[in-house]
Amino acid sequence: MSSLERSEASTSSGFNIDFKALGPFLALVGLFVLGTGINDAFLSGGNLSNIFTRAAFIGIIAVGATFVITAGGIDLSVGSMAAFISGAMIVVMNTLVATLGAGIETVLIGVVLSVLLGIAAGAVNGLVSTKGKIEAFIVTLGTMGIYRSLVTYMADGGTLSLDFDVRGVYRPVYYGDILGIPVPVLVFFAVAVAGYVLLNMTPFGRKCFAIGSNEQVARYSAIHVDRVKTLTYVIQGLCVSVATIIYVPRLGSASSSTGVLWELEAIAAVIIGGTMLKGGYGRIWGTVIGAIMLTTIGNILNLTDAISNYLNGAVQGLIIIVAVFLQRGDWRRKKSK
Amino acid sequence: MTDAAVHAVNPDQQARVRLSGREICKSFGPAQVLFDVSIDLHAGEVHALLGENGAGKSTLVKILSGYHQPTSGALSLDQADVTFEDSEVAENHGVILIHQELNLAEQLTVEENIFLGREIKRGWFLDKAVMRAEAKKLLDQLQCDVDPRTRIKDLAVSDRQMVEIAKALSKNADILILDEPTAVLTGREVDILFDQIRRLREQGVAILYISHKLDEIKAIADRVTVLRDGRLITTEPVTDVEKDDMARLMVGRDIKQMFPDRAPVEAHDVAMSVRNVSVDGQVRDASFDLRRGEVLGFAGIVGAGRTALMEAIIGLRDRSSGEIERNGEPVSIHSLQDAKKCGIAYLTKDRKGSGLLLNMDMRPNLTLLALEKFGTVILNRKAEEAALANAIEAFDIRAADPKAKVGDFSGGNQQKLLLAKVMETDPEVVIIDEPTRGIDIGTKSQIYHFIGDLTKRGKSVILLSSEMPEMLGLSDRIAVMAAGRITGILEGNDRNEHEIMRHATGISGKQGVSVYE
Ligand SMILES: Nc1ncnc2c1ncn2[C@@H]1O[C@H](COP(=O)(O)OP(=O)(O)OP(=O)(O)O)[C@@H](O)[C@H]1O
Ligand SMILES: [Mg+2]
Repeated sequence: MSSLERSEASTSSGFNIDFKALGPFLALVGLFVLGTGINDAFLSGGNLSNIFTRAAFIGIIAVGATFVITAGGIDLSVGSMAAFISGAMIVVMNTLVATLGAGIETVLIGVVLSVLLGIAAGAVNGLVSTKGKIEAFIVTLGTMGIYRSLVTYMADGGTLSLDFDVRGVYRPVYYGDILGIPVPVLVFFAVAVAGYVLLNMTPFGRKCFAIGSNEQVARYSAIHVDRVKTLTYVIQGLCVSVATIIYVPRLGSASSSTGVLWELEAIAAVIIGGTMLKGGYGRIWGTVIGAIMLTTIGNILNLTDAISNYLNGAVQGLIIIVAVFLQRGDWRRKKSK
Repeated sequence: MTDAAVHAVNPDQQARVRLSGREICKSFGPAQVLFDVSIDLHAGEVHALLGENGAGKSTLVKILSGYHQPTSGALSLDQADVTFEDSEVAENHGVILIHQELNLAEQLTVEENIFLGREIKRGWFLDKAVMRAEAKKLLDQLQCDVDPRTRIKDLAVSDRQMVEIAKALSKNADILILDEPTAVLTGREVDILFDQIRRLREQGVAILYISHKLDEIKAIADRVTVLRDGRLITTEPVTDVEKDDMARLMVGRDIKQMFPDRAPVEAHDVAMSVRNVSVDGQVRDASFDLRRGEVLGFAGIVGAGRTALMEAIIGLRDRSSGEIERNGEPVSIHSLQDAKKCGIAYLTKDRKGSGLLLNMDMRPNLTLLALEKFGTVILNRKAEEAALANAIEAFDIRAADPKAKVGDFSGGNQQKLLLAKVMETDPEVVIIDEPTRGIDIGTKSQIYHFIGDLTKRGKSVILLSSEMPEMLGLSDRIAVMAAGRITGILEGNDRNEHEIMRHATGISGKQGVSVYE
């Protein structure tokens, strides 16, 4: 919410740069400068489009996570959910080839299935935690295991591969572009804009903020707390399904290792972007930048020999901790309590 | 360290300056809230600090106890300059502050809270037995019979406050600062607290006491300091200032009429009837009519079931039986949303826990309850800003920085914002629970007049209050509850303290008589 940011800015004495809001953006710029310095190839069109396309998966999922976290919840099941949905899509599309052939219809049915499964899986997370009054952490830890083992079961412990012909039809969704911009990036942008409008400009978004900052106050303000919270998980599920729809044509397969640790990357993107893990304050654009930052780090490590690629996770972890530390903003002030 | 055996009220002792602040200024960002304030705390003296909401009392005492640093000005302890880098340093010098907001760890037990950070150990392990015994002793001293093993979250607010006091006592304060300790206490507890304060005074402890209740100041203080808009107005012996003087010094003008005039209301014009409402274990068979344009007071001792009844009416609590009618038509209310649709609004007494979003600014707080008024698809920010401008004007909300988080507002301004939030739904029936807790006398009068205006516009008000003058001054009729039942509805000349007490305690009951003092 811009007014909150403004108040932060106006109360911090001295020069009026709002570090809290701009922090992630400045850090991203820093990373780009670093990347360019390390390797000229960094700024090449091919590399940049690669970064943004990869950021799209985590980014789309993280937009959904921004809703869940702003409303005071958490969803650990997104990676497994993505694996499960890809698996189900592949199985169904492969089966349909026999009757419908490997055409657009088959892919469309796969896409619709993905959306329905995403909504259903999100609703399960939301309803079990609100109606059952169980911590979201526990519920989604449970469904994380459930969704993951469902895909392992479908794949019989191996790998599910998409029918070769369907793959050809489906391919443009990942590899295609419009006016030179890759489709995944366009979808990411559209999801982010929709997320921004929903979170910042609608009554629903306002209710998410209210619930995350104090559930009791929200309840006393005649807000259907359970309904709004459940909806945030449904939005999360929908985002996972959209990300999956883009992901399936990329690899053309799903296995028990699909989407492993995506939940951590998504949550990291949200937190780097300035959303508060304890709820009550969320920023979609921050999340978008967070997702791009995470992929950029991986990309830079690929382009340099200075740090082993295997240390990608360590560098990401470090960046998350530093980002949150900087955002807290009180490192500039003296300890006040 | 003060010698406990010092004799009471010896003149030398009285004049001994312990802690003093010299020309203290404090700004938060661009807003300056304290201007050159000086104050001396003497050993063996109770010094009262008075001022309107937002005058800067809490800010001043936080500076005196190391929670804030002054922007300029200095502190001295026993005539030597001193800096309290943080509250721990201040506590090591014997300066203890009991905060206005309760500062207890909700999930921990009473004993764990009392010894938090100062746990008693035997070898490497916590000595729980000793801590429990110590906690018990402290609570006994305060005649507070809560089990030291209870978790804070299961305690009533007044008991939590007593635990705060026990915790402060256990730190053996030399200089004890109490920031509105009695706002949530009942009369009996206030008496007990005052006994403790007197005992400490006799032991030579310097005490700084903040309260909006002028009777209390008269009863306990030796000297008073008045702040207005962050400036020191005066420091005088309490015997030299009457209550009216205090009010005038605080507000800067005379308060001519504390309560609004009441016009008679039509007895047959009923806005809401409540029929045989019961809540398991809390309310039994409560029935009453609320007339259009009246203020119906609800009195009773703590635990009489008033809040439970109101929460049952507005759908926040399950009713085991009972019906509600609005304007003669039965209505079905099972949630706060239903109540809102029926034009009934509820102003909670817990403004921090269930009233306001403390980490947000005014605008989202104001519109939260009436959000659909500002757009069903996209929120109209302009309309929200306009509503906020109106509310600031209509309810006289004074905020140094209108974009600040409401958690940083003074209590009175929070309360006015809460009132504005509830009125944003334009309700016909307003249930108001403790509207003036922790509110200064000028603002109180303002809030009373707001309530009076509501009834003049044909709204009906139910008022829950534990302050007798407020109950008598505002209500047209007073319903009294005891042990979950409505024991009487007092009208006309029966609206008096004696009758209220008689109905509130039953015929023989004596406990809680001093709730209203
Ligand atoms: N941390 C803070 N940041 C910004 N403004 C603050 C902060 N703390 C207090 N203020 C402002 O300083 C002013 C004085 O507040 P303070 O809490 O000292 O008032 P008070 O006299 O204790 O009022 P009350 O009787 O309501 O408790 C208020 O305008 C308040 O909004
Ligand atoms: Mg205060």
